[in-house]
Amino acid sequence: MLQVISPIMRVIEIPMLALQRMLGINKLAWVFLFPNLLLFGLFAFLPVILNVVYATTGGDNVLLADRPYVGPRNFATLIDCSNYLDPNSCREDKFWRAVWNTSWFVTLQVGMMVAFSLLTAVILNGEIRARGFFRSVFFFPVLLSPVVVALIWKWILQREGVLNAFLDWTGIGGFNWLVDAQWAFGWSVFISVWAHMGFYTLILLAGLQAIPRDVYDAATMDRASPWRTFRRITLPLLAPTMLVVLVLALIKGVQTFDEIYAFTGGGPGTATTFIIQYIYEEGFAGAPRLFGLAAAASLLVALVLILLTLVQLWANRKNANG
Amino acid sequence: MAKVISFLTATRGKGRLHWTDWVSYTYLAVGIFLMFGPVIWLVLSSFKTQNELDRFPPRFLPYAQETVELDGFDDPLIVFTVSEASESELAGETVAQTRRAAGRAEVVRLDDPDTRVRLPAVDLQAIESVSFATENYTQLFERFNFLRFLWNSTFITVTATLLMLLVNSMAAFALSKYEFRGRTTVLLLVIGTLMIPQTVVLVPLFLIVTELGMFNSLWGVIIPGAATPTGVFLLRQYMITIPDEILDAARMDKASEWKIFWRIIVPLSAPAIAVLAILAIMWRWNDFLWPLIVLTRTENFTLQLALNSFQGELQTDWASLLAMTVLTLLPIAAVFMFLQKYIATGIASTGGK
Repeated sequence: MLQVISPIMRVIEIPMLALQRMLGINKLAWVFLFPNLLLFGLFAFLPVILNVVYATTGGDNVLLADRPYVGPRNFATLIDCSNYLDPNSCREDKFWRAVWNTSWFVTLQVGMMVAFSLLTAVILNGEIRARGFFRSVFFFPVLLSPVVVALIWKWILQREGVLNAFLDWTGIGGFNWLVDAQWAFGWSVFISVWAHMGFYTLILLAGLQAIPRDVYDAATMDRASPWRTFRRITLPLLAPTMLVVLVLALIKGVQTFDEIYAFTGGGPGTATTFIIQYIYEEGFAGAPRLFGLAAAASLLVALVLILLTLVQLWANRKNANG
Repeated sequence: MAKVISFLTATRGKGRLHWTDWVSYTYLAVGIFLMFGPVIWLVLSSFKTQNELDRFPPRFLPYAQETVELDGFDDPLIVFTVSEASESELAGETVAQTRRAAGRAEVVRLDDPDTRVRLPAVDLQAIESVSFATENYTQLFERFNFLRFLWNSTFITVTATLLMLLVNSMAAFALSKYEFRGRTTVLLLVIGTLMIPQTVVLVPLFLIVTELGMFNSLWGVIIPGAATPTGVFLLRQYMITIPDEILDAARMDKASEWKIFWRIIVPLSAPAIAVLAILAIMWRWNDFLWPLIVLTRTENFTLQLALNSFQGELQTDWASLLAMTVLTLLPIAAVFMFLQKYIATGIASTGGK
């Protein structure tokens, strides 16, 4: 590997040296920054601006010049609803279904995620053997690709799958899980927690290990019960880390797409269609390709994510300052 | 045995197991089952023949019916034992089945392939043994363009990771080792990109990539993600700790700035670069939504896309699907086994993507 890279680096050195002579050492910083900033500009900042252009133009053409200006009409279409609690009364009912699905999903998923990661982290932080091994047991699904996670569970949950075989054996009887809207939704929450909880467990475990030992020693001296120790010492001292985990889980939860798309395809019906899948389908999978609607919906999601990210940065800061 | 029990029941501090320890170990045992179980089941299933996969209830290990090749028959024949209760003259013997229709089977003795005997199919008992159907894997290479998908995934992962390391470490170097006007602004810009995940700019990103001629090209997947705020911050945090005196000494020796970057900063930041490399490999190998939008032609598919599109087409062909899933998971599993310590620290220190 190094044999390939070294000559390339030596070639780059020639123009870099020329630039260094021209600009001086301190201005060379901009040259080092250039590729990164160019990429950020092209693929992050420019898209944000263009997103606004797309959201305010109509038609199914991707080229901006061929898109007629329609003002806020795309947003109006999205929020045209006589009763927001009932997607059927909305003009863009699929959007509202996706919004409600995502809201429910995020609430349940984040709640379970934080609860189980905390429980696992507390247990792993206790005096147990082979802690490293158990830590990786809970962590390794984080590395699996979303499609792999989806297929693993589809194989288990299919009509003639191993779960149904087990349920038949116990006498409860099998069930066609992914055909039922509520079960499909429930399993979506489950596999998403299964796949990601190791990540949050790791962060919480680091938080727990940062709590000084002597605080617990003092609690033991005072004969505090384990539950009391947990509630009065662990939880308050872990609160900043918990906040980070909560916000991170929310940010990722809102953007849930891959696993569930491969797992249920958003179905049955629209039972597991979430907001990113709505954007994907409006803009790229359906015909006509409603880029305007997709962009308008993205801007609404972006708004939520920006708020959450600001909270995250604030939480990180708070965490770092102790 | 006593040793094992004392190992299992010992705790670090106290002598005996407290009830909370029992709760902990029970939880962990359930955890192992829930976390490992599905993956083990996937791997075992991927070695089963289609017949065995269709079986309900399924068996834990992959079994296969024994077959035999006899003269005068093109295909291997399935071997059965005829049950002792059979009224046929072959009761108790081992036979090969040549035909089966309407509840009756036509069989031959293994040493006498020319004499065909008919008997009720219920008299036949299959002979099975544990056997791993590796043909599930080999047929992937014959029936699908599997090598193509593997190559696409590998090319994207390797190129994107190298590019990302170079671009991000250059930026991190500038932001950690130079005093220049506008540095704070740049840092704020980098933080700003944290708020723009790919998922919310899909439409304009698609336009830009198309305009640059990278639609349906692997570069369309590689380049847009090459600069990451996470990478810049991770490397900058590390590079700040490298003493400036080293740089000054190199400058005294008339080393160019590029040489300082390449020969001093990059090697000294190796631990941070390694962590970022592992994260990048993971992200790229598992990437799904953006490749799904950019790569629409089958020959450009990555493994993840191929897997997803085949699960629609091959609803019933679980044998191929499961084998492909295992192969997709394998590289990441290998990386994890060798480098799990770095992955854990890397993820804990960056807070993910």
